[in-house]
Amino acid sequence: MRRIALLLAGCLAGTLHAQQGPQAFVGATLLPIDGPAITNGTLLVEDGLIRAIGTNVPIPAAATVHRMDGKVIMPGLVDTHSHIGQVAGADSSAPIQPDVRALDSINSRHAGLMKAKAGGITTVNVMPGSGHLLSGQTNYLKLRNGSSVEALAIRTETGAMAGGIKMANGTNPLRASPFPGTRGKAAALMRAQLVAAKEYCDKKDSEAPPPRHIGHDALCEVFSGERIVHHHTHRHDDVLTVLRLADEFNFRVVLHHVSEGALVADAIAKAGVAASIIHIDSPGGKLEVMNLLPDNGKVLADAGVLLAYHTDDPITDSRLFLRSAAMGVRFGLDRETALRSVTLNGAKMLDLQERVGSLTVGKDADFIVLSGDPLSVYTRVEQTWVEGVKVFDLADPEQALFATGGYGAGRDQVASEVLQLEAAQ
Amino acid sequence: MKSALKKTSYLLGLSLLSAHLQAETLVVLAERIYTQAGPVIEAGAIVVEDGKIRQVGRQGQLRLPAGAKTLQAAVVTPGLIDARTVVGLAGYLNQPHDQDQLETSAAMQPQLRALDAFNSRERLVDWVRSLGVTTLHTGHGPGALISGQTMVRKSHGNHVDDGMMQPLAMIAAQLGPGAFGAENRSPGTRSKQIAMLRQQLIKAQEYQQKQQQAEEGKAPARDLELEALVSVLDGSTPLLITAYREQDMQSALRIAEEFGIRIVLDGAAEAYLMLDAIKAAQVPVILHPTMARQFGELENASFTTAQKLHQAGIPFALQSGYERYVPKTRVVLWEAAMAAAYGLPYEVALAAITIDAARILGIDERVGSIAVGKDADLVLYTGDPFEYTTQVSQVIINGQLVSTEAH
Repeated sequence: MRRIALLLAGCLAGTLHAQQGPQAFVGATLLPIDGPAITNGTLLVEDGLIRAIGTNVPIPAAATVHRMDGKVIMPGLVDTHSHIGQVAGADSSAPIQPDVRALDSINSRHAGLMKAKAGGITTVNVMPGSGHLLSGQTNYLKLRNGSSVEALAIRTETGAMAGGIKMANGTNPLRASPFPGTRGKAAALMRAQLVAAKEYCDKKDSEAPPPRHIGHDALCEVFSGERIVHHHTHRHDDVLTVLRLADEFNFRVVLHHVSEGALVADAIAKAGVAASIIHIDSPGGKLEVMNLLPDNGKVLADAGVLLAYHTDDPITDSRLFLRSAAMGVRFGLDRETALRSVTLNGAKMLDLQERVGSLTVGKDADFIVLSGDPLSVYTRVEQTWVEGVKVFDLADPEQALFATGGYGAGRDQVASEVLQLEAAQ
Repeated sequence: MKSALKKTSYLLGLSLLSAHLQAETLVVLAERIYTQAGPVIEAGAIVVEDGKIRQVGRQGQLRLPAGAKTLQAAVVTPGLIDARTVVGLAGYLNQPHDQDQLETSAAMQPQLRALDAFNSRERLVDWVRSLGVTTLHTGHGPGALISGQTMVRKSHGNHVDDGMMQPLAMIAAQLGPGAFGAENRSPGTRSKQIAMLRQQLIKAQEYQQKQQQAEEGKAPARDLELEALVSVLDGSTPLLITAYREQDMQSALRIAEEFGIRIVLDGAAEAYLMLDAIKAAQVPVILHPTMARQFGELENASFTTAQKLHQAGIPFALQSGYERYVPKTRVVLWEAAMAAAYGLPYEVALAAITIDAARILGIDERVGSIAVGKDADLVLYTGDPFEYTTQVSQVIINGQLVSTEAH
């Protein structure tokens, strides 16, 4: 019975890659990310996967050919940190709530998802906020056509919905009791929680297992390395606190925001920890980001830290995600790292580098068609494809509304299958 | 009239002073100059003396002063004008002590002067200056029915009076839910907002009449609040009305008509729904930042509104606006770039942060274009000013090099 349910869920999610005929995208400049640019290339896609890429790719007779002359095709963008879908995790009852799942609050018809597709985002880590030390389990989604979390979820090998867990330190979680009032208390509360969970996890598979605790269960996946900690942190000392905790409890962590990362770049690099950062158009906004400078990406990358950008949508707009990478270049980052920082590097931070983040044979056919250089202000995302299916097309006025905004662009969306039903009638 | 006269003498005094300080001669050579006063000049040169532009034209056609300091750039534009900001009143730390753009003790406080709260050493002022902004229309922000006054000032100088162009530029008002009072404080509805605003303007009309009709020595006691509104009624100061929704902009036009006052629409997210009405009312628009977050009252905002205003022939400028969180200020260069990327013609986008902004603010005789006799406010770039990866290499205000770190 369970197997059938899993199978069903898999079908809904589209991870079994519905049978599709071959499609060839011909004539574009291909930016594979894991290799040099290919001019006048061919991208061959079938059954939701990339089958071939290069200049001398034989095109099967049965293939649908899409002429892409003058266009640039690159992998679908990977956003490691977003709040699209009106996601809300933990409530105000406690500072640490690992039992709470983002997936139970995501509104899959929210306009934010359509806008993210219009910005070329195909894989996104939807996270609860940063007002808690631990605000819940995050959700890794593919922005397929679909109107349920099940339809959008990325699945692990066991069929479970893939995701991480969201933690935060610094000033955001400092609030009235039962929340911590100081940084020392914040760290102590988190350590106590992790100690308790560790004891639970160690006994879980014993002959006398403790009563099931769904919050501890999530932390067991953190200890086993299956669930990555996505840790909001700004100030340099808060960054070091995260590294200290990760070392003590041996969990895998990605640092998020890392506004003073430049001050501790060497320590981050030495710990082998990745940094997912944000571009903000001016300094300040709150005390702990007063030293955020736009060359943060360059300094971290130069130190050898694996670097990604994220939108933190609505903090920055999903439709302008490529702009973050471009602004990184304006302030010193090299182009190649900038492009990786919105694709393959982000995929690595979500454990998805075998499936997304580059135009590589065998990976999911997630890619975007651009009108020109991805790092130019004048370039538009013209099409977004997920697993061989077009999920955004700028040429369709109804969809273009989400790319530019306008009357009604903020409303929840009617699902594409409803539109198809209406069209069929 | 009296206040307008005072304003003029103030400006004269200051410009004489600043001209006196700027004796250095400067030559700027550029592959391309967007003068905003005529066609683009390729391989151009600008000669600056005493803080003013003395010559501009093609290299080889000008008499360049020998031995003058020479700067080179790929592109030069006029100094950028931020048509509506709160920097200097709002600080980058975003703590109560550095947020002077909004006072919430009363719904209407037109007597609050911007110059009494402007911190010229604020880091956000430095930041936007390093990205080409040479003139700021800054002051009280949105958030109250009438939040206070605004001023126009250059972005350089350590004293608030340095580079002051208009100590009283406009009076800032807002319609719609963004200016509702906190818990149980009026206004709590749109209708109440308009009722309060009308009553106050009528009170100011009566005050104005009493002043005009009073016999020598029997004028009514001075009322700073009503005095400020009289300057709106007599046409010397425009009312800057922030409104995002169509219905709130319609209310703004209704108020302007009833009292015969000059207004400027600020924000105007849904302007594309009522272009004809805005045009007929001859009201200029200071449009929200192109990248303003499209939710709440701006849920229907669009990257293409600037283009639609342009097509309709409505005078408009772009702004950095007010941000309650991050980014604590936006940067007009980047907002104009985004408008250009979404269909606004290139030079029109540049005009929206230079000469067209200057015209709406009434400062176009001094700034906003590169022309002989105008203030030498110039921005030098490494390439196309709107491109993400281009940097602002140098910024010049009144002939003085004020930013040399590439951004």
